[in-house]
Amino acid sequence: MSDMDMNRRNFLKTSVGAAAVAIAPGMLLYSVAQGKSEGASSKVRWGMLIDTNQCKPGCNDCVTACNNENGLSGETKPTDSQWIRKIDIKDISTGREISLPMMCQHCEHPPCVDVCPTNASMKRADGIVLVDKHRCIGCRYCMMACPYKARSFVHEPLTGQNPDVPRGKGTVESCTLCVHRIDVGGKSACSEACPNKAIMFGDLNDANSEISRKVHSVASVQVRADLRLNPGVRYQGL
Amino acid sequence: MKKLFFSLLLCLCLPVWAADAPKLDIGKGGQCVEDTQWMRKNHMHLLKHARDDALRLGIRDEKRSLKVCIECHASTRDNSVIARADSFCVGCHKYEAVKLDCFECHSGTRKSAWLAQRNAK
Repeated sequence: MSDMDMNRRNFLKTSVGAAAVAIAPGMLLYSVAQGKSEGASSKVRWGMLIDTNQCKPGCNDCVTACNNENGLSGETKPTDSQWIRKIDIKDISTGREISLPMMCQHCEHPPCVDVCPTNASMKRADGIVLVDKHRCIGCRYCMMACPYKARSFVHEPLTGQNPDVPRGKGTVESCTLCVHRIDVGGKSACSEACPNKAIMFGDLNDANSEISRKVHSVASVQVRADLRLNPGVRYQGL
Repeated sequence: MKKLFFSLLLCLCLPVWAADAPKLDIGKGGQCVEDTQWMRKNHMHLLKHARDDALRLGIRDEKRSLKVCIECHASTRDNSVIARADSFCVGCHKYEAVKLDCFECHSGTRKSAWLAQRNAK
């Protein structure tokens, strides 16, 4: 009888244990899926497609929106920060003129990250290239390394920053692809501001996203593709 | 003789007692992370951990975000944790003579107030 009882007890113990193990992974999965704190995923590659045919010469709306969003002064002296610029180019042989916005191209193999001595210049799992200003010592190697001249150095003390966009003297900064908006489900300020919808923002890795369907079907190029940095920003009609 | 010595010692200590702990403008205040004494001692570790997670990994834990701290602790008078000598951050850091570096880059203003100000422009 006592033998039988022991067996029964052991049976109950093991079955309860097995049930707990079976439930635990399910609960874990559930909490990860529901939680906001899973962070940037390497399954995502944020990028932009810029249609230069739709970009109007003289229009500066994307630049203004960027300045507004990130608290830049909007001035263009050599010591002022510029995260995005409008560039006008002309093919001398044909006379064709185009206008396009230029910003950090969010490379897959960013030279600015390679040269940074303090690991402040970094690429997030979802492809956004950022400066960790907690670590930046302001040496400006990354500004030298960037083939797109996308980065700026903050020369003067700043006040009244956007609470979402910390910026400070002595550090290098550049386009963050509006990471503070992306992390709450938004998109970059420049793409929202463009009156002609010339800037398309989205996930290049998601086969069903508007941007990946478009880069799949129309011709687009990366600027300085010869450097094989695989930028996340692509240009159409260049 | 002994009594005299102790009373003399007491007199010397009095000025130290007189220098009270700082009176802070705690804003809305309240407790959402840990109790007050624990936070006094350890808030910097939480912030340092949260800043690396948020920036480098994109893990934005709202409870440990500087922005959310400021949202409650900013003064109800000027919406700031750094504007005055008795502001929430400045008060203690001045008293303890610890340099407050966060706000060289980060905004010390309550986000809702900052947004209202920007939209008014």
